[in-house]
Amino acid sequence: MKYTLSILVENQAGVLSKISGLFSRRGFNIDSLAVGVTADPTVSRITIVANGDEYVVEQLEKQLNKLIPVIKVKRLIEGEFISRELSLIKIHCPAAKRFEVIKISELMGAKIVDVAVNTVTLEYCETVEKSATLIDLLKPYGIREIVRTGTVAIDKGKSSVQG
Amino acid sequence: MISGADIMVKCLQAEGVDTVFGYPGATICPFYDSLYDSDIKNVLVRQEQNAAHAASGYARAKMKPGVCVATSGPGATNLITGIATAYMDSIPMIAITGQVRSDLLGRDVFQEADITGACEPFTKHSYLVSRTEDLPRIFKEAFHIASTGRPGPVLIDIPMDIQQNTVESFEYPETVNIKSYKPNTKGHAVQVKRAIELIKSSKRPIIVSGGGVLSSGAKLKLQKFAEMTQIPVLSTMMGIGVMPSDHPLYLGMLGTHGRRCANKALHITDLAIVCGARLGDRAIASPDQMSERTKIIHIDIDPAEIGKNVKVDIPIVGDMNHVMKKLVENIGDFKINDEWDAQVKDLKAHYQSKISTFDGYVEPRTLIGKLSSMLKSKAILCADVGQNQIWCANNFRIREGRFFTTGGMGTMGYSIPCAIGAKLGLKKRDVVVVCGDGSFQMSLNELSTIVQNNLNIKIIVMRNYRLGMVRELQDNLYNGRHSATILNDSPDIVALAKAYGIDSACVSSNEDAEKYIHNIVESEKPFVLVCNVHPDTPSIL
Repeated sequence: MKYTLSILVENQAGVLSKISGLFSRRGFNIDSLAVGVTADPTVSRITIVANGDEYVVEQLEKQLNKLIPVIKVKRLIEGEFISRELSLIKIHCPAAKRFEVIKISELMGAKIVDVAVNTVTLEYCETVEKSATLIDLLKPYGIREIVRTGTVAIDKGKSSVQG
Repeated sequence: MISGADIMVKCLQAEGVDTVFGYPGATICPFYDSLYDSDIKNVLVRQEQNAAHAASGYARAKMKPGVCVATSGPGATNLITGIATAYMDSIPMIAITGQVRSDLLGRDVFQEADITGACEPFTKHSYLVSRTEDLPRIFKEAFHIASTGRPGPVLIDIPMDIQQNTVESFEYPETVNIKSYKPNTKGHAVQVKRAIELIKSSKRPIIVSGGGVLSSGAKLKLQKFAEMTQIPVLSTMMGIGVMPSDHPLYLGMLGTHGRRCANKALHITDLAIVCGARLGDRAIASPDQMSERTKIIHIDIDPAEIGKNVKVDIPIVGDMNHVMKKLVENIGDFKINDEWDAQVKDLKAHYQSKISTFDGYVEPRTLIGKLSSMLKSKAILCADVGQNQIWCANNFRIREGRFFTTGGMGTMGYSIPCAIGAKLGLKKRDVVVVCGDGSFQMSLNELSTIVQNNLNIKIIVMRNYRLGMVRELQDNLYNGRHSATILNDSPDIVALAKAYGIDSACVSSNEDAEKYIHNIVESEKPFVLVCNVHPDTPSIL
């Protein structure tokens, strides 16, 4: 089971290592992790996507809550949140193929951010699933490099994660 | 103007600390220099690990955080086992380490170690101090975190320049405000109500008490609850002392090395009321079977312990003291039924095992059983790890005293430094160590600390020239191949103790051992009594 945790933490040195250390120490696997400051500059938000059964997730939430700099841990409910991941994808693309790549990116709603003699770089901000589709479509052209941020997520509607 | 080092001392004074356990080095010298002028006593241990164990003993005796101090690098890394032991056993502790100058951090200079990083899994929280003016807030927070909620060790790593820099003035904060740390102490009223209903509808309830009952100071409340309802009580190793050993409702320690009647009771109960225990693998070997057999109410201050090892029916997160008070108030006139009462009495009588003895040797279990009656009723027994720990756990007849051992981490060499801390915490109490010849040799250097501080600690060494617990394991599981468990050619412990300036004797019968103990408990001086124990003496009955 894949799940998304939204964690508010004190914006202090070493917090990230405490959290990532806890995952490895207790044998939990992280799919992706993203960190950024919130509206309150003393508080950061960490979004973690991980895999595990109900027991693992519950343990994880409790163990995270035990860490002193952790203010709040919330498991986001499937279907009730918006998630996005930013990808920068550099494709091997000589002039002859450029049109095809531009077509694919238009179709998928990606943005071309750099063009060079033999490469095109796309920016794509979407769900993990759609990012995977785009990458599949681009693979035949030869992907030079992919840089991804990891998923960030926010509750739909009024609901939010507050400290 | 006031220096960081002076601030550190003032913070300790503000927290009412009268004793610290430590070992100096270059990067903690500013602190030790300030300490020199203060009324805080530093107990100079002979190795840093023992500073942490001594602080643990002190904390358990005084029911408040113990403080240990070490220098950077090897001093700090030597503390780790002691810190980890305190973490596993939920002991409140403040570990203060010196660190290299902040501008040199990360350059691998002489005696530099990333101790906050290394201790991450073993501390409740840690600080690497970056500004002198933060010291008062950090100390205040550290003591608060260590002693509230589920107690545990907090590490404060202080670079040398932070200790040397000066600030305008010192003011110790009166309150703590950590947004992210607000332990829940009051058990949820609805859960307590559900628990009461479940207890009332149960037929064969038992109480399983752990270390949390002792650390929250809920011992007497739990006794009262048990007496009101006549529910029998078992304890984990960390919970020994919750009930007097001879209490009619007490069935003894449970678990792989526990008493058979305790385990039998756990097997046939229909409701286990688990109080301040995490039910680790030594206590409950097959947690899944247990949750299938019986209903479970689990009360603990740490929500992460509930449901971690055993599935529970009613979780109650809260301080034992508060929850037990609510249970006492709301249980009404409920009493267990006569059938269960008779069954429990029968269990207790049925499983009184006979102890086999070996001629020409001390029988340790019988001796430990007798030992309690020779000490004052509030005596503290510090047991080490190995067969000696199990002998003590199952046979020491605790009255109003305490039983200190490391049930979670199982760190050999714990007992002697723990006793040093306990004795300095409660000077009037009888403090007795029981260890094996293996564990004795892990911390015998602290005999020096005992002498230097004039501490009246009696040490009983159960000598079988073996690492008995592992040897027993090898007998049972490794075809008796005694790989690396033979301690032949060990030193003459009597001569060794005398070399340290401690009187000592060696005995080979219970009669002689008891004679010595009768005499030495009257004296104000430390004593090392070596008891020759037959290597085939088993751990459990």
